Amino acid sequence: MRSRCDRSSRPTCPPRASTLSSDPVGAALTRVAREEGGRLLALLADRLHDLDAADDCLQDAYARAARSWSSRGVPDEPAGWIYVVARNAGIDRLRREAAEGRRTAAQARVLATGVARDEAPDEEPADELLAEYEEVGDEQLRLLLLCCHPALSRETQVVLMLRLAGGLTTREIAASFLLPEATVQQRIVRAKRKIRAARIPLVVPADLDERASILATVLGLIFNEGYVAHSADAGTLTRVEVADRAIALTRAAVEALPDSPELAALLALELFHRSREAARVDSRGALVRLRDQDRALWDRGLVAQGFVVLGRALAMRRPGPWQVQALIAAEHTREAPDWERIVRYYDTLLAMTPGPVARLSRAVALAEVRGPAEALAEIDGIDGLDTFHLWHAARADMLERSGDAHAARVAWTRAAELAVNPAEADYARRRATGEGASPAS
Amino acid sequence: MKYLLLIASDPTLPSPEPGDPEFDEYMAAWTQYTQDLAEAGVLRGGEALQGAETATTVRHAGDGTTSLVDGPFAELKEHLGGYYEIDVDTLDEALEWARGLPVGEGAVEVRPIFPTDMPA
Repeated sequence: MRSRCDRSSRPTCPPRASTLSSDPVGAALTRVAREEGGRLLALLADRLHDLDAADDCLQDAYARAARSWSSRGVPDEPAGWIYVVARNAGIDRLRREAAEGRRTAAQARVLATGVARDEAPDEEPADELLAEYEEVGDEQLRLLLLCCHPALSRETQVVLMLRLAGGLTTREIAASFLLPEATVQQRIVRAKRKIRAARIPLVVPADLDERASILATVLGLIFNEGYVAHSADAGTLTRVEVADRAIALTRAAVEALPDSPELAALLALELFHRSREAARVDSRGALVRLRDQDRALWDRGLVAQGFVVLGRALAMRRPGPWQVQALIAAEHTREAPDWERIVRYYDTLLAMTPGPVARLSRAVALAEVRGPAEALAEIDGIDGLDTFHLWHAARADMLERSGDAHAARVAWTRAAELAVNPAEADYARRRATGEGASPAS
Repeated sequence: MKYLLLIASDPTLPSPEPGDPEFDEYMAAWTQYTQDLAEAGVLRGGEALQGAETATTVRHAGDGTTSLVDGPFAELKEHLGGYYEIDVDTLDEALEWARGLPVGEGAVEVRPIFPTDMPA
């Protein structure tokens, strides 16, 4: 029904990362999409007052860039080039709609004022438009917040965030979450339709704290998907890429909302977790528990960054659950973690957001202070985690440490059955057969 | 942009009847709300509906035949009790109005109305 920016070309995806080394145009395009895509889209949506049109024009501009750059080379300012081409296409589109007697006439005139419209899109972009591109204000913040508008479902928020703000293609999102591509596509189309039809606004909402909290939840979910992939055949690379994308988006969110201690704390938490990546699996690809990890393999640079960001969050003196979780992760980066302190942090966390999973984590920490028997009693007292593999794994560990080898094996077996992540399942299986038992832990 | 605020509540929940001391207060809240909508210049219409037991549903089979069902179109604990039609700029504003409804316990579905004012 609606006209596209360029009917002759459907949006083509920027090439995948695997093709980068041999293809400078593809590499430049992927970099622009990943690092600048959200910002470009935010600007365009703001100028065109239409998110869907902005996205169409941006995708078309990527396609044009692929053709033009292959013969002319990558321009000095690739993102600026894309912005100018996409914006000109958007103005064309508004003009066409205006010519069709639509009420966008006035808007098109305003937008087109002062724009050197008649030059060919393959020429160097006009300076004043490049200046406009540089002057990104809170457009990106508005886009981030739009992606997690409470009128959209959680799944939709996650997918929109990756697609619109994160610059991932539908195929990449589908691969990361092991969803059929059609499902992801459908979610995006439906979300865009709702944004347009119900007129979800591209604004900074009055209740910014509520939205920042949703933003943190959505970014946390994306990071977690990368960190503990729920997939049998997602390779390590895919998981790390998703986690890194989440970190990049969280950084953008922290930059856009510097006054949110919770977003900063989430970033710190992500950095702490990410720093351990190299130590999480051994040379055979088997899972290594935090307590058994070789700390020399931890990325100290990321840990240091995490402490800086967390310090900034705590200095705002507005506590929240992400800050407490980051404090716990920070304590775990120390040579000898203070377990009593960790238990106290969990008490604080539970007071803020009671939940069985946090109770389980607290019980595991408690074992280090009061011994496995007391921890086991705590774990057995938690309801609702019957189908959660880590509950069985924690029980198994405590039973083993209390000397009940038989009951421990039963519990490890149950944990192995319930674990979705292959490395976690494998770890539990090895413990069930007594193979992976850590000596004198 | 026009939106319909569809107000649903559980009819078995107690609500004040005419003559109850709380009834006037209850009605005053609705009158005030309606007045606020009017004063904000966003009110386009709205009515309270009679009970769901008074509803009849005409079901179209798709082959041209119809049948009658005694009752509302969906059997739910909550019933449609009334609606407002408002004209505001964005979903956020419509949601804000929906939050302000003096419904007590219940649900308000906010639906954009398909725009029919497209220029020819």
